[in-house]
Amino acid sequence: MELNIDLMVNSLPLLIAGAGITVEITAMSVFLGLVIGCMVGIARLCNIKPIRYIANVYVDFIRGTPLLVQIFLVYFALPGIIGSRVDPFVAAISACSINSGAYIAEIFRAGIQSIDKGQMEAGRSLGMSWAQTMRYIIMPQAFKRIIPPLGNEFIAMLKDSSLVSVIGFEELTRRGQLIIARTYASFEIWMAVALVYLVMTFAVARFTGYLERRFDTK
Amino acid sequence: MKKLLVFLMMAVMACSMMLAGCGGDKKEEKKAEPAKVLRVGTEPAFAPFEFPKEGSKELTGFDIELIQAIGKQMGTKVEIAGMGFDALIPALNAGNIDAAIAGMTITEERKKAVTFSDPYYTSGLIVMVKKDNTAVKSVDDLKGKRIAAQIGTTGEMKARKVEGAKVTTFNTQDEAALELKNGGVDAVIGDLPVVEYFLTKGGDKFAMTVGEKMEAEQYGIAVKKDSKLAADINKAMAELKKNGEFDKIYKKWFGEKK
Repeated sequence: MELNIDLMVNSLPLLIAGAGITVEITAMSVFLGLVIGCMVGIARLCNIKPIRYIANVYVDFIRGTPLLVQIFLVYFALPGIIGSRVDPFVAAISACSINSGAYIAEIFRAGIQSIDKGQMEAGRSLGMSWAQTMRYIIMPQAFKRIIPPLGNEFIAMLKDSSLVSVIGFEELTRRGQLIIARTYASFEIWMAVALVYLVMTFAVARFTGYLERRFDTK
Repeated sequence: MKKLLVFLMMAVMACSMMLAGCGGDKKEEKKAEPAKVLRVGTEPAFAPFEFPKEGSKELTGFDIELIQAIGKQMGTKVEIAGMGFDALIPALNAGNIDAAIAGMTITEERKKAVTFSDPYYTSGLIVMVKKDNTAVKSVDDLKGKRIAAQIGTTGEMKARKVEGAKVTTFNTQDEAALELKNGGVDAVIGDLPVVEYFLTKGGDKFAMTVGEKMEAEQYGIAVKKDSKLAADINKAMAELKKNGEFDKIYKKWFGEKK
């Protein structure tokens, strides 16, 4: 098997530009996912039944269906219902962030539940409200604990964002497919694509490690 | 807990050994000349050439019946594998399949990567737009417009040659048509017989073709570069043409020859 190194090198600029879009989708989706996840995570611990119920349904539905199917639903099925077209970028971001939100909700819930019950009781007996205790006592402690799983979720989303290639969105994986469709050099291009993903996930993993040390109080 | 860990580690090691084994097999496979079974790759969402029978996962269509007749003539069993259109040529080169029949146009670029059989169908490209579109009369009106096409097809290549056009690629022709329906693009460029079939199967509710057929294209069966299989396929196809079998299949899917 002869390896066409030139082709690998020549296609790198195109792939790296695609990687920029991958990062864009991932960063926006995980950020929106954080907002959704934070609310849903707390909602799942809420004493008010309907809120808890809705949050449970959301997590069950999203976690129980593949992201690929969710992307198809948003992009190809939704326009039939709402009667207008969904922009591919909007479709990609909404499918990914709604998906990510469900996983991050579970991360938040686990983080909050991992904090000793005594902390809430202590806060409340000092005269703080439930929300205040949550905001000033529980959350800061929980946040430190959820940094590793959040980093994990970011890496997972970085890779899963490759699924939006099915709606013609030209992120890293689609760029690779398009180059292969023209050059048929599947080995070289998939290797290059894998390498670019690896560089990105490695950087995220190191950054998460840095954050962990940074917030370590010991 | 410790026992569990040991077990997990063993499982991981066993898996990696199995994977290493797989790698070894591949090399041997490459050397062995495929004899008894003809492994054929196709992209199974391309009616009327290849598509699943209603309510079944079995494929049918002109290409499928033709390759089965060719296999019969050659005395080999035909096994059909579905994959993305853009994956067919890489799969041939990697030795995952022996031949690809997927309404694939014989082009100079593709000839550099694979060897083609004699052409078996004359096709061409056509522009499809929404029914209410009066601005686009032919491909020349597509400058600067949004065009959808199937990835890796001659339709995509044609679309990319249109000046200033924004091209979106989809994995199947159906998805490109769906994008047109949803208003994501102004036009689809695809293979004429496939677009026409799509229109007769209900697509004409929202879409129509405009302009003349472009680029007289010929479909061929692709095999690995310089494989002797091409000669065998050609021989079988010539026999099928002589004994009328080819015409029978052709008539079944397209009616009388134009």
